[in-house]
Amino acid sequence: MREPAQADVVLAGDGTLFLGLLRRDLLLVYRRRADAVTVLVFFSIVVSLFPLGVGADPNLLRLLGGGVVWVAALLASLLSLNRLFAADHADGTLEQILLSPLPLPLTALAKVTAHWIATGIPLTLMAPVLGMQFGLDGDGLLVLSAGVLLGTPVLSLVGAVGAALTLGLRGGNLLVALLILPLNIPVLILGAGAVDAAQSGLGAGAHLSLLGALLVGTLVGAPFAVAAALRISLD
Amino acid sequence: MTRINWFKYASPATFFPLAGRLIPWFRALAVLFGVAGLYVGFFVAPTDFQQGEAYRIIFLHVPAAWMSMFLYMLMALYAGLGLVFNTRLSSMMARAVAPTGALFTFLALWTGSMWGRPMWGTYWVWDARLTSELILLFLYFGYMALVAAIDDPRRGDRAGGVLALVGAVNVPIIYFSVKWWNTLHQGSSINLTRAPSMAAMMLWGMLLMALCFWMYSIAVILARVQCVIAEREQRSAWLQELAAGEA
Repeated sequence: MREPAQADVVLAGDGTLFLGLLRRDLLLVYRRRADAVTVLVFFSIVVSLFPLGVGADPNLLRLLGGGVVWVAALLASLLSLNRLFAADHADGTLEQILLSPLPLPLTALAKVTAHWIATGIPLTLMAPVLGMQFGLDGDGLLVLSAGVLLGTPVLSLVGAVGAALTLGLRGGNLLVALLILPLNIPVLILGAGAVDAAQSGLGAGAHLSLLGALLVGTLVGAPFAVAAALRISLD
Repeated sequence: MTRINWFKYASPATFFPLAGRLIPWFRALAVLFGVAGLYVGFFVAPTDFQQGEAYRIIFLHVPAAWMSMFLYMLMALYAGLGLVFNTRLSSMMARAVAPTGALFTFLALWTGSMWGRPMWGTYWVWDARLTSELILLFLYFGYMALVAAIDDPRRGDRAGGVLALVGAVNVPIIYFSVKWWNTLHQGSSINLTRAPSMAAMMLWGMLLMALCFWMYSIAVILARVQCVIAEREQRSAWLQELAAGEA
């Protein structure tokens, strides 16, 4: 009877540590709100550039809308990745966090969750507003938001692998883009495809289901890859 | 009965001379298969009744595309072995495979566009196979850039190993999503699948060229891994003895 009780205590401890780390990271983001806002401004600027580049024909814009918003979301999420570990690595906090009894994949998951709350949720809230500028209508907007909601956690998880691998390297930011963008292509295809399918009346169920499957798969695998990468980078 | 030491050649010090002895053989085999394959391809294989003579680039294009995919898996395998067993030579092999894999990926894309121009009237279409080959090239570039950016060789080996494994898990996902994206967008205006019945001589030419590419890859990868070993172990006694013996 002793052992299960002990395991319960350990699990409760893990939960507290996980939430504590999550709260700390969110507090740090809250104290430096300008960083989070910059990502959103970048997102809307990139989206606004496309009509200026390709012309303001409403039919063309309606066709492009989903893809443009998705590409911009991909880039915005990429831009915010250096916040994930770099500051903690620079002042040595990351090494202290790694010493905690919380299993390393859970530590990684806590940090990624904080990153997603700080970037993914604002991106999800903003995506339909930007989609409206491109003339997407009710159904398309709904699917766009649902897709971004399912897709941004994948972007954060996969991005965390890249951020952990390039920790403290010269030109790390550019390198992360090179490593991560090809891996995120399925998210882009499925997310933009869902909007297209909804617009043409095909129904976006299949795309969104696959996006959800991708999220579940990444959620299981990526924290372990992030943990391995962190161990390598801080060796 | 003496037991075979399976790990004898897992050490750079024993592998280095072995690689040196093997390279000339694989080089000779590559030339042999290459001459035979090109002869079959240019003179023996019949002219295609639909595509004329232009189809003959298939003898370079298809084997290059095969190699580009095989070599990525081989690189991921070596990288995984290096991560799991912490063997230095495995990671060095992964590093040595990457440029050759990227080269074949590039060759497959290049010969593909040379072939596409007379057949489809365009150098590039966003076909599922072409697009996934292009993404494969980006994956190779990512691995090479990461490994090159890390100064500490052991950290570079292991970081590259994690990336290669993540990439290997992703390759099928990317392939199927790209395939689906393509079929949703442009239908089957261009069909890449060949006629099911292929002249036996065409198949032979392709197989011979594939063997040639294999032998070439092995020779080049062994030569490159020798360079990697020489660079890493330049201060070790066995390499200096070897160098002194040859000088």
